[in-house]
Amino acid sequence: MTPRPALAVAAGLALLGSVALASGRVVLASGRGALASGRVVLASGRGADGRGVDGEDRPYGLDRAPAAAAARANPYAASPEAAVAGRKLFLRHCAECHGADGRGGRRAPAIDSDRVRQASPGALFWFLTNGSLATGMPAWSRLPAARRWQMIAYLQQGHPAAGPPAGR
Amino acid sequence: MNRLAVLSLCALAPAMAAAAQERAYFVTYDHQLEEPGNLEISFNPVLATQRGGGRFLAAWLELEYGIRGWWTTELYLDGQSTAGDSTVATGVRWEHRVRLLLQEHRVNPVLYVELEDLTAADKTMLEVVGHDVEADHALPNRLAHRERLRELETKLILSSDVRDCDLSLNLIAEKNLAGPPWELGYAAGVSRPLALPARPEPCSFCRENFVAGVELYGGLGDATRLGLRDTSHYLAPVVAWSLPGGPTLRLSPAFGLNGASHRFLLRFGVAYEISDAAHRRVRPAPPRPGGPR
Repeated sequence: MTPRPALAVAAGLALLGSVALASGRVVLASGRGALASGRVVLASGRGADGRGVDGEDRPYGLDRAPAAAAARANPYAASPEAAVAGRKLFLRHCAECHGADGRGGRRAPAIDSDRVRQASPGALFWFLTNGSLATGMPAWSRLPAARRWQMIAYLQQGHPAAGPPAGR
Repeated sequence: MNRLAVLSLCALAPAMAAAAQERAYFVTYDHQLEEPGNLEISFNPVLATQRGGGRFLAAWLELEYGIRGWWTTELYLDGQSTAGDSTVATGVRWEHRVRLLLQEHRVNPVLYVELEDLTAADKTMLEVVGHDVEADHALPNRLAHRERLRELETKLILSSDVRDCDLSLNLIAEKNLAGPPWELGYAAGVSRPLALPARPEPCSFCRENFVAGVELYGGLGDATRLGLRDTSHYLAPVVAWSLPGGPTLRLSPAFGLNGASHRFLLRFGVAYEISDAAHRRVRPAPPRPGGPR
């Protein structure tokens, strides 16, 4: 390939990227099995409040958790220590978007809510692991599973703000 | 060597700030991307022994920005200083990484595309491809700096989380835009946090803040001469320490695995992350007592 066609390809990629950035709602592929089925889906994203951009009420995407994943129990559910560790992790990784009090901010919705407290721990774990990349929620699979469960213990034990440390 | 010392100090100077979610590897990429809106700044020097030439310190400054949850871009500025020779800026790289699947799978593919505008004096060894060997770096800077390399680099990043271990494989194809051939290479890594659950109390020097692993990288020849002949390979343990609310520090001694490789490289890096960088505003300084002067 001579330099000119190669540069044209590169410029084309950059242009494609700019269009995707400008639209803000284009994703390359979506969902479990998209590669296996050979489909590449252009899908619309969700608003920062967790609702679909078309207004449908599916906050946080918890409903997308497969049944088997949603049925998992939190091994740290009965551990107050895990909730304290979970608060430390929450402040370190989540507070910058969801707020230190979990009441949400410009970048992310509130998670100090009955909906989160009453959700299935397995569904929360699945969502935390996968994130919602189309709307900006990172996939926290980068954290060990035990730490994700600790964060869920904190979120579901009602933000035990009285005891835990303030440090990050 | 004084310049090397100055460069090293410059590397550490901007280090002290916010928290980074830096991977442990220096060469291998996993499927984790930068959080959207966040800017990560890192400085990564590499010290190397050199047969047939002076030891050198090469370094790259890396600016990584999360455009979307599935799309990260990075800008690299490279330079090097060679003992008994000179200090030169060696070029720029602009990289994009795009996650091809939006959920976690057994294997998570990421497409990587990078445009490079470098000189042959570049010694950062951010990737080792084709027939890259130690002898390439023995050329004096005044000669190597004349050769311009405009290259397109592509990678297929495949990454898995298995029992809290990260397993990553990168297949690399790089091409000089001036002509053939495609040069090929690989990088593979495995890493794991030293502790899985977090402790309830805040801590800095505790196992949960460390990730350790090992990476292996090298060249696979080119499209016309595929194989291990005249290629170099490295095995490198890696360790990363994330200070809560502060920078991530990384260290990696790398050992050449054949006669064409540098015998020893020492990489170190420091990174910190600025949250929501695009929306940060500079606040005006509070008025001084006595009013403005």
